Amino acid sequence: MKRFLPVYACAAYLFLYLPLLALGAFSFNDSKIAVWHGFTFDWYGNVFRNSALVEGMLNSLLIAVVATLFATLIGTLAAYALWQKRLPWLTGSLYLSLLSPEIVTGVSLLVFFQWMFRFLKLQLGMHTVILAHISFSLAYVVIVILARLRTFDRSLEEAANDLGATDWQAFRYVTAPLLLPGIVAAALLCFTVSFDDYVITSLVAGVNSETLPMIIYAMARKGVSPEVNALSVMITVGLGVLVLVSGRLESKR
Amino acid sequence: MKLRTWFLAPGALVMVGLFFLPLLIVLAYSFLSRGAYGGVLLPWTIDSYARIFDSLYLAILWRSVWIAAVSTALCLLLAFPLALYISRAGARKTLLLNLVMLPFWTSFLIRTYAWMFLLRDTGLINTVLQGLHVIHEPLPLLFNTGAVILGLVYGYLPFMVLPLYATLEKLDPALLDAAADLGASPVVAVWRVVVPISKPGMMAGCLLVFIPCLGAYLTPDLMGGGKTVMIGNLVQNQFTTSRDWPFGAAISLLLMGMVLLVMRVLGDKGEELL
Repeated sequence: MKRFLPVYACAAYLFLYLPLLALGAFSFNDSKIAVWHGFTFDWYGNVFRNSALVEGMLNSLLIAVVATLFATLIGTLAAYALWQKRLPWLTGSLYLSLLSPEIVTGVSLLVFFQWMFRFLKLQLGMHTVILAHISFSLAYVVIVILARLRTFDRSLEEAANDLGATDWQAFRYVTAPLLLPGIVAAALLCFTVSFDDYVITSLVAGVNSETLPMIIYAMARKGVSPEVNALSVMITVGLGVLVLVSGRLESKR
Repeated sequence: MKLRTWFLAPGALVMVGLFFLPLLIVLAYSFLSRGAYGGVLLPWTIDSYARIFDSLYLAILWRSVWIAAVSTALCLLLAFPLALYISRAGARKTLLLNLVMLPFWTSFLIRTYAWMFLLRDTGLINTVLQGLHVIHEPLPLLFNTGAVILGLVYGYLPFMVLPLYATLEKLDPALLDAAADLGASPVVAVWRVVVPISKPGMMAGCLLVFIPCLGAYLTPDLMGGGKTVMIGNLVQNQFTTSRDWPFGAAISLLLMGMVLLVMRVLGDKGEELL
């Protein structure tokens, strides 16, 4: 047992990381096929010369930033309210939205938007994608912030109230500043979840709102492409850094 | 109005307007008839639900359940020793746990693509094996049910490690010493002491892995190459190629019902961990 566990753990970490490392290594391979041919940065350059990829990247960034701003704001306020008073139906529905299969969330939003368009002169596009992203990332924000609030001492707010602060002032000048690292952590998490989504996005996206994951998906179906490898490395490193920063902030007390 | 009410309103509005209302519309659509170009028409009918009992669709349901069950079981087997190791790693615990979670928070799509890059006919594994003359024809590694299960296990393994670690971390090492003093071999001690204690973690982990596996769409689509159809693919197909929205709506709700059922069955035991 003493010898088995460390060896096993090493194998498990290799299993988790080798596919990504192999993908990363071959993004520097000077050949279109999976045979090592020499070192090159060309594929990285190609990514930025491909106008469809650049447009997809900008779309994804815009969607993730806007959705993150809204979801973080709405989620922070909701988490604060839930901390003050439990509301099982809202907490329950947030967990349900987190566990409900992405494909179901996606088609229900698609059906909902199409139904709304009977009354509104609108079409699927960036706005529907952003609304969908706010909806599915809200639960992440609430859960991260609520977990942080649970470590808080309520008497701080009570003290503020006793000293004459209104509820708003107590929130604004006492709780919110203390909560800031948690809010940033939640926002970063929200951004990664939004930036990465394919299933829901592909269902509610219109003609001019193709996101990066949608393009990667289409390329992955077609076959191996070193550009996708290069793109994958950039996204994985970028999102990985965000997650590390978010984790740091979350664990800071 | 109280501050709390103002704070709650936008979140409640998003949940009602963009989660429950869409589901309600899906519910309504599932009882309507199919429109010629997608969309729905009157009259109201339960035909879409009756069609689920067609043997073709029952086979897809059954396949989804067993693929999800096998993937969950494999995750449990693979995650348990890893979680046990991490929980006893002393000062490096947090680092080792974060190393398990890190790939999970990066792109799911890219992690799936990484396996496609390895497993394709022209992928890394086949190229290397052919280069070494171990094989002459590429092995059919991708686009089959095994590849789908591999993709699911790889994708959701962190979800199993996390709750298992949470229960194992609380385990008092003295219990294992006691078992050893009483003559239990390490394997027996783990089986008779550690496994029963970590049951809530196992329940929570199985819940967190089984549910996304049951509703998987991307993994069977990309790694099964359209040959291993699961419920998620069936739903997507009804809303795109087949243009049968009522039937797609009915299957969506069936899938949602299955998720709720699993939450109830496993959720009670693993509740405090979620």
